[in-house]
Amino acid sequence: MTAARQSAALAPAQPRPEAERNCAAATCCAAATVERGPAPTSAAARLGIRLNRRETWLSLLLLAAFLAGWEWGPVLLGIAPYNIPRLSLVVSEGVHLYYNSELVYHAGITCFEVLVGFVLGCLLGAVIGYLLGMSPTTEVVISPYILALQIAPKVAFAPLFILWFGYNITPKILVAVLIVFFPILINVLTSVRTVDPALINLARSFKASRWQIFWKIEFPASMPSLFSGLRIGSTLAVIGVTVGEFVGGNTGLGYLLVQGEGQGNTGAVFAAIILLTLIGIIAYALVILAERRVLRYMPKRDFGDVSMRI
Amino acid sequence: MSIPRLEFRQVTKRFGNRSAGDGREPVITAVTDVSLALAEGEVVSLIGPSGCGKSTLLNLGSGLDMPSAGTVLVDGEEVDGPNSHVAFMLQKDLLLPWRTIRDNVELGQEIQGVAKDSRRSVALELIDKYHLGEFANAYPHQLSGGMRQRAALARTMAMDPDVLLLDEPFSALDAQTKMVLQTDLARTLKDEGKTAFLITHDLVEAVALSDRVLVMSARPGRIIEEIAVEMPDRDKPIARRSHMKMADYISRLMGLLHIGDDIEAA
Repeated sequence: MTAARQSAALAPAQPRPEAERNCAAATCCAAATVERGPAPTSAAARLGIRLNRRETWLSLLLLAAFLAGWEWGPVLLGIAPYNIPRLSLVVSEGVHLYYNSELVYHAGITCFEVLVGFVLGCLLGAVIGYLLGMSPTTEVVISPYILALQIAPKVAFAPLFILWFGYNITPKILVAVLIVFFPILINVLTSVRTVDPALINLARSFKASRWQIFWKIEFPASMPSLFSGLRIGSTLAVIGVTVGEFVGGNTGLGYLLVQGEGQGNTGAVFAAIILLTLIGIIAYALVILAERRVLRYMPKRDFGDVSMRI
Repeated sequence: MSIPRLEFRQVTKRFGNRSAGDGREPVITAVTDVSLALAEGEVVSLIGPSGCGKSTLLNLGSGLDMPSAGTVLVDGEEVDGPNSHVAFMLQKDLLLPWRTIRDNVELGQEIQGVAKDSRRSVALELIDKYHLGEFANAYPHQLSGGMRQRAALARTMAMDPDVLLLDEPFSALDAQTKMVLQTDLARTLKDEGKTAFLITHDLVEAVALSDRVLVMSARPGRIIEEIAVEMPDRDKPIARRSHMKMADYISRLMGLLHIGDDIEAA
């Protein structure tokens, strides 16, 4: 893809011990050294999940307590199942949906819409972000309208898209595209704008063409921002698709959710919410995995995230 | 004498007068009527007060900026844009964080389309020469400040430029690292016979590394004095530091720059 990946591929998986020692000596990177554990092999390790950590066990304990509270809490507190159904009821409702309402089919549709909406939204946002980033004049002309569109609540477009395209998956994808588009655009635009001018001058002094400056300096320099945009986008895509499914059509988890609501079936609503959350978590995790791969040249502390550190 | 490697002929640079005449943007004259010439293999330093337009001269020399009046020539040819005879090195190392040290050193040749094998061997040779052999595949953040600046020097030398423009290349380093790097640079310049134009705030550095020192006035910058450094060992800056003449040069430069005047007045 880029020079970044090229050089990443050429680099050894683990920094050399000498580099490591030097790094520790230079106190500035001490944090990076401390956090560097054994070579990440499994997907779990790459996400920062370490089962030997005390924090991990405490975290899992908290989850168990939460689930137990959900199971027995409503009964103990006398809350009606209509308001908060106990966990086992939600699970059995999920199983019921699986056998009677083609849950897998609906979940698949939602996943597909999220995936397509996310990818298209990212591509559109990134391409326009880079173009505007490279053309200050266009940016000045267009930016007020971009701001206006960014302020507009994107999900409010869902009924409009349904009017235009009918009760199929297109409107749902479009809502996702629209909602994913902006954070990507803004992040890419900002990062291209804030590339150190001295780096551009360095490339210019080597007689780099405009295209080379983009490809060798601006594009790789924008990667960290692009990925923070992708993270936000991955969760927004699920929101966009869900709202799209609420508004019209008869497919997807959003549809099942609204149907459950109509029947007063709180358990089904909870089951749908859980599955939608799972889809969001998977999308987010995939972005993080890609980010760890692409940005592995960065000191760990620069990731600056609390994500997935379970 | 033959044609100078780098020459400034009555160069003036003004900023902020793009819409000439409407008076909305104040015109700043960064440097005015600067003439200087560097012979082949000569090392010349430029010192002056902050904001006197030193870095402007460097941008003009590297072709990143054009003079408002006068001409800049490299090997007798007018500079009309960046060219491969001139390379610069700044206080910031400008290493790309996503590239390994080796890929950073290769950057210039990569942009100019040099074949991968040949640019790689040039890079590795320079990396060894500047004692970075173990770090060829490390990323910049894994290196200390001094090592990063050596990598930047390797990247500059990889272009095999005739003229090096150096803008306070060591000012961000601690005193000892600085002396080590000054020695590396001085040796390289001597061995390769490179011409160098060094901009610095450090009076000792200017005297220790150069054949001549130029002194610039406050803005609008003009060259007000030229001092020939008559000491041996231009490739041994550490030896020069303790040379008996060093103190004389420094006190003369301090006088020219009015360093200490305001303290005495107070």
